[in-house]
Amino acid sequence: MSHPRLRLIGAAVTGLALAGTMAACGSGGGSSSSSAGGSSSYTFWDPYPQFDGTSDWVKLVESCGKSAGVSVKRTGFDTSDLTSKTLLAAQQGKAPDLIVIDNPVISTLADAGVLTTTDDLGLDTSSFAENLTAAGVLDGKTYGVPIGANTLALYYNADLLQKAGVDPASVKDWDSLNAALAQLKGKGSKGITFSGIGTEEGSFQFLPWFWGSGANLKDLSSSDAVSAVNLWVDWLKKGYAPNSVINNTQTTAWQEFSAGDVGFVENGTWQMGNAQKLPFKWGVISIPAKAGGAAPAPTGGEFVAAPVQKDNGRYKATEKIVSCLTDPANLLTTDTTLSYIAPIESVQQQQVANDAALQPWVTAVGDAKGRTSDNLGTNYPIISEQMWDAFQKAMTGSASAEAAMKAAQDAAAAKVK
Amino acid sequence: MLATAPALRDETTVSSRRARVARRSYRGLFAWLYLLPVLTYLVVFYAYPLYRNAELSLRDYTVRSFVSGDAPFIGFDNFRTMLDDPTFVPAVVHTTVFTFVSIGFQYAIGLALAVFFNRSFRLSGTLRALFLVPWLLPLIVSASTWSWMLNSESGVVNSALTAFGMPQINWLTSPTWSLTAVIIANIWIGIPFNLVILYSGLQAIPDDVFEAAALDGASGWRTFRHITLPLLRPVSAITLLLGFVYTLKVFDIIWIMTRGGPSNSSTTMSTWSYELGFGSLLPHFGPAAAVGNMLILVALVFGLVYIRYEKVQASR
Repeated sequence: MSHPRLRLIGAAVTGLALAGTMAACGSGGGSSSSSAGGSSSYTFWDPYPQFDGTSDWVKLVESCGKSAGVSVKRTGFDTSDLTSKTLLAAQQGKAPDLIVIDNPVISTLADAGVLTTTDDLGLDTSSFAENLTAAGVLDGKTYGVPIGANTLALYYNADLLQKAGVDPASVKDWDSLNAALAQLKGKGSKGITFSGIGTEEGSFQFLPWFWGSGANLKDLSSSDAVSAVNLWVDWLKKGYAPNSVINNTQTTAWQEFSAGDVGFVENGTWQMGNAQKLPFKWGVISIPAKAGGAAPAPTGGEFVAAPVQKDNGRYKATEKIVSCLTDPANLLTTDTTLSYIAPIESVQQQQVANDAALQPWVTAVGDAKGRTSDNLGTNYPIISEQMWDAFQKAMTGSASAEAAMKAAQDAAAAKVK
Repeated sequence: MLATAPALRDETTVSSRRARVARRSYRGLFAWLYLLPVLTYLVVFYAYPLYRNAELSLRDYTVRSFVSGDAPFIGFDNFRTMLDDPTFVPAVVHTTVFTFVSIGFQYAIGLALAVFFNRSFRLSGTLRALFLVPWLLPLIVSASTWSWMLNSESGVVNSALTAFGMPQINWLTSPTWSLTAVIIANIWIGIPFNLVILYSGLQAIPDDVFEAAALDGASGWRTFRHITLPLLRPVSAITLLLGFVYTLKVFDIIWIMTRGGPSNSSTTMSTWSYELGFGSLLPHFGPAAAVGNMLILVALVFGLVYIRYEKVQASR
């Protein structure tokens, strides 16, 4: 055999191998849903990278797959990555069979045509609390079901409040809250801390005050809306809140509160576990509305949804898996693990029976409201972006609350559909 | 293989013209086959992403059309949106200030330290190693540490300022200071890079030049001004260029420390691009890609300036 021919064979083998690698790259992409004949393998994406194969959550996902007669390949992503990953996968026709995703993203994905409706899936949503499923409703169609909910309330430092002579039960509206903050400041401590950062997280924290003032997201420049911004601005001006709130995430706000020198912190259900470790006595009250009563807080927490598949036949097992995950007994385990409030009333009652401290949170979740509700859908992100920019401008003093909210409303109105 | 070599030579001597032609085209084919891996690499990891980014910036992508892939071609509308955005001018100004002030200080301090360490003394190796720490730390660690140190209420910097009777500064939460705060952190992170490259540049300058200068009675400053600096020029040029490209696209420090805020007061082109693409619940892919492409173009222009400078130097 001659030398060149040997080389040719070698090169051909190399070329084939290379082509094989590229083909593998082209069709693999981490999704097994498209593998030929492999319809018994289902892909499942969630935003809980903290859980590995040994956790209750992953075991539940796998056992739900097994009872639906399929094997589930589960991957945990960072929450902020999941939206773009899902969009990208859908673009390439390789969307996972199931995703668990942050509730305000549902309407964005639904608008992109990525998700199936619960009707197409054949899923019964009647047992879920309506104010929670509302975040997944777009133009009358439901695109997923909540797996658990969380929301915001005010944690207070009972020792500090006692020292300042503040009775937490007296905080019923904005005036009584301001009075309590003034008393705390008089004793040399900070009144309240929160997250007023210029991201979605800041908007999430602002909404209870915004909605509690009676304002509506469709009009950011109303006098009620401006009064909510001024509430925050005044806290800063009067020294009730530390200046760091402008840059605080909810985690850093919690750290400030844990240090023991702040009376109140606006934070979420998910801090319940950390609250047990606080070195002082603490309690929870709902966020007061301007005129009194509990303000509607935004709902947090994830939805389970089913991205559109080319093969309709896959939905049957998908529906079984979703039903299994949201089965009352399983929800109780899942929501206890995640420190969430269940989206189904009967499970909520069980949660309170197990841990009475959850009662204020169950009430708060009952009063809560989805950010994308009121059929705002994909207009919500546009409005939210303008809103956080406005309260940041007002808090840093680069514009008055009126001017900032007026500009925000004009910019939002020009962009919404 | 070796054993077949003589046979091969025999074969060659008797082979016909046709076989030679065939072999030559084999050779051409082999050349391409050997090039294939690197070509594939270049196409997959460089050409295609650049092409996609250009395409993203020229089409009207919404989440819906991103998925269905039928985004209409809109020419330079995304660039127009970018130019009309009220964030554009501040972002350009911040990027320029951030880049040039950072590089200026990094280079000056890096050079001063390099000259200092060039005279070996006891423990100079240990000290030099210590100066490398900012470079070795993961950016998330250094940026978080800086944001903790610069915290308005509980940061050590403000405690130090008040201890000396100076007023407290809202480093990260006031629009007038946030850019300064991220620049300070970035300078600290960039010094080691300048120090290392300039130090090795100094080591390459022969000692006898300095000896000659000393014999002629040149002062320290004059030696530096007329010998060190000119001999260091090529190294300085590459340090400054690399520094420029790195600093232009700095994202993590700013994002971790201020998220480009408050109210865009520390937004640069790179944080703005990220914010447009991934910062809200609704991605604006088109304008985000347009901003990203602008950055690539600016970096490219400076790269070309550097190549031109090299050519001029070489022809001298």
